[in-house]
Amino acid sequence: MYKSTCSVLTGLVGVSVNQKLLGRNAIRNHQSARSLIQMPRRDPSQWMTFQHLNFLKRQYVMRSNNALYQRAKPKQTAILTVLEDNRDDSQIQQVPTIDHVPMVTDVTPPPPQPETTTTNVTATPVSSPVSTVAAQEILAVLKPTSSKTVSPPQTKAVSSAAGSGTEMLEVPHVQVESDEAREARLERQWKELKVDLAELPDVYAKLAKIKLTALVVWTAAAGFAMAPVPFDPATFFLASLGTGLASCTANSINQYFEVPFDSNMNRTKNRPLVRGQISPLHAVGFALACGVPGITMLTLAVNPLTGALGALNIFLYTCCYTPLKRLSIINTWVGAVVGAIPPIMGWTAATGALDPGALLLGGFLYCWQFPHFNALSWNLREDYSRGGYRMMSVTHPGMCKRVALRHSLGLIGLSVLGPVLDVTTWTFPLVSLPINLYISYLAFRFYQKGDRSSARKLFFCSLWHLPMLLLLALTCKKSRTDKEGVAKTLSLAPAPLPLAMQN
Amino acid sequence: MARCQYRGNTKEWRRNDRLAKRNGPLPMRRISANASRRCSSSQPTKQGNSAKRSQFIPAADSKHDWIGPPHSLSNLRPIIYHIPENETELEKQLRTLRQETEDWNHAFWTNQNITFNKEKDAFILSQLKEKGLTERDEKGRKRALNSEEMAVFYKHFLDENCIRHANYNKDWYRRNFTITLLMGRVAFHNIWRTLAERRGWKKGSPTT
Repeated sequence: MYKSTCSVLTGLVGVSVNQKLLGRNAIRNHQSARSLIQMPRRDPSQWMTFQHLNFLKRQYVMRSNNALYQRAKPKQTAILTVLEDNRDDSQIQQVPTIDHVPMVTDVTPPPPQPETTTTNVTATPVSSPVSTVAAQEILAVLKPTSSKTVSPPQTKAVSSAAGSGTEMLEVPHVQVESDEAREARLERQWKELKVDLAELPDVYAKLAKIKLTALVVWTAAAGFAMAPVPFDPATFFLASLGTGLASCTANSINQYFEVPFDSNMNRTKNRPLVRGQISPLHAVGFALACGVPGITMLTLAVNPLTGALGALNIFLYTCCYTPLKRLSIINTWVGAVVGAIPPIMGWTAATGALDPGALLLGGFLYCWQFPHFNALSWNLREDYSRGGYRMMSVTHPGMCKRVALRHSLGLIGLSVLGPVLDVTTWTFPLVSLPINLYISYLAFRFYQKGDRSSARKLFFCSLWHLPMLLLLALTCKKSRTDKEGVAKTLSLAPAPLPLAMQN
Repeated sequence: MARCQYRGNTKEWRRNDRLAKRNGPLPMRRISANASRRCSSSQPTKQGNSAKRSQFIPAADSKHDWIGPPHSLSNLRPIIYHIPENETELEKQLRTLRQETEDWNHAFWTNQNITFNKEKDAFILSQLKEKGLTERDEKGRKRALNSEEMAVFYKHFLDENCIRHANYNKDWYRRNFTITLLMGRVAFHNIWRTLAERRGWKKGSPTT
């Protein structure tokens, strides 16, 4: 599998392999040979760069000055290049260290005119440097001398991985970029500050943190669906849309406030406002364009309570959570409340009232937030400290772990409240026990060990745990029958309803 | 033909360089040959001290601001502001405020990052000394502490700089609001002006 990919896609190499194939068994390989012959005749400018895994490391075939290089790139650890040049991500090309290259078969780069060699496919054997290279692993190691002759402006330096406290490898420099090359590269990175309409949807998506917004809408939708009322698709749609717009607003304003901080943290340094893709005024305009219709829609088309909750949530996130991040660790608790409000909004959109069931769903989100966020922030401690963010993981690490564990266990307790409050049937605590126990177990390991891997495991578990929990709650929702005996909602084990449940 | 001028504020950069020099050695960069050849701005490019900042000069016919790559020390992206020919008072106010905020931000973050890294290295060194270890191991690689040991330093750094950070926050929020408000006013005035001009054309002679 690997061989065939290699031979089809790496033009020059494919040629040499093809020679051998043709030589041995022309008939059997006729089909593939034809396709191989046709492949190299294509214009080299259409060849695409690609990467294919080689078990332990990644190899990149890159095109540079009409020549193909295949180089091994060691897996990069988190790089904090504060004192080094912070490169634009799109321009990263790493030169590997000589140590990391296991197989050095050929040192010289391939011949600079691949077109001439490839047209001679059927006739003559390919020129020697390529044909001596093994088909499987072709590594062109860039030595300082040879690379300088090929393309000086494109050679890059390895930014020394002055990484986090745990991994501080100093990758030995193969070669250092010259001053002129660096200046030239940096000059190329200057961009005109004007709005590119083609990029605008992508910019808006990043500004609104579209993935997070999607998760928020999902929790609101779950809240709506869990409410013990007939399902109204129109209200459902409006409530979801309104919540989504409110979330877009909150995220945009958050990014608007945090431009210099985002610039300094690796996780956030490619946000649109940091990169100048739009102006701050534009971002505020976008936020207003989302927020005003969103909240109006919620207030008028759904109900005023939901609208008020939406507005409150935006206020809490932008004016309380965002500034508090830099003042006190209490920001995490505020953030948990912010996360808990969307399902409450979904419920109130359906029923129009703040029932205990709504608060229960909010409680799920509130408790979930702690293992989620504490685990995430555990591995970002250096960035938070340098950026001046006051997070539990930095200032009170012990509390951070305790709180995560406590709230993971709290999820189990809340699941029991489900049937007690007549939101779900008794199957819910049972079916949700495995996942709740699992996240509590991971939280316990995090509490015990408190290292990067246990934090990472807990964080990734929280990402699937929440949707799964909400889904289970939906399937275990208590069925509703009113006096006329209309529509029963889906439930696993229909329990006899008390009369008080009827609307 | 619109004559556009660009100026970067080299004074602030030079002050930062002196600050940086006090704090530790930093690589100096020469001005590229390209930049000096294309040098058409009114501001003379100074060699040596201000070389830390890339002396990029945008094309003369460009009507927009230009944003550059993140600075190596502050991680903030410098902006070169376009000065239109008939710049109003309001626009000038906005531009100077933005330039000043940018310089102020750059100074703060440069200082922050340099201080952080210096203190971090000093902390690591002191911890290693306590353990009786050398800075580099047998292979020549720098020794590192694990995350628990580093956490002590991170907490200490945050606590030490608590008030400074709080003051910076207040200032930053204030500046950000003011700039955005000014931007809004400028945009509004521009729209108003364009509309007024259009109305003027309509009222004017149709034969022209």
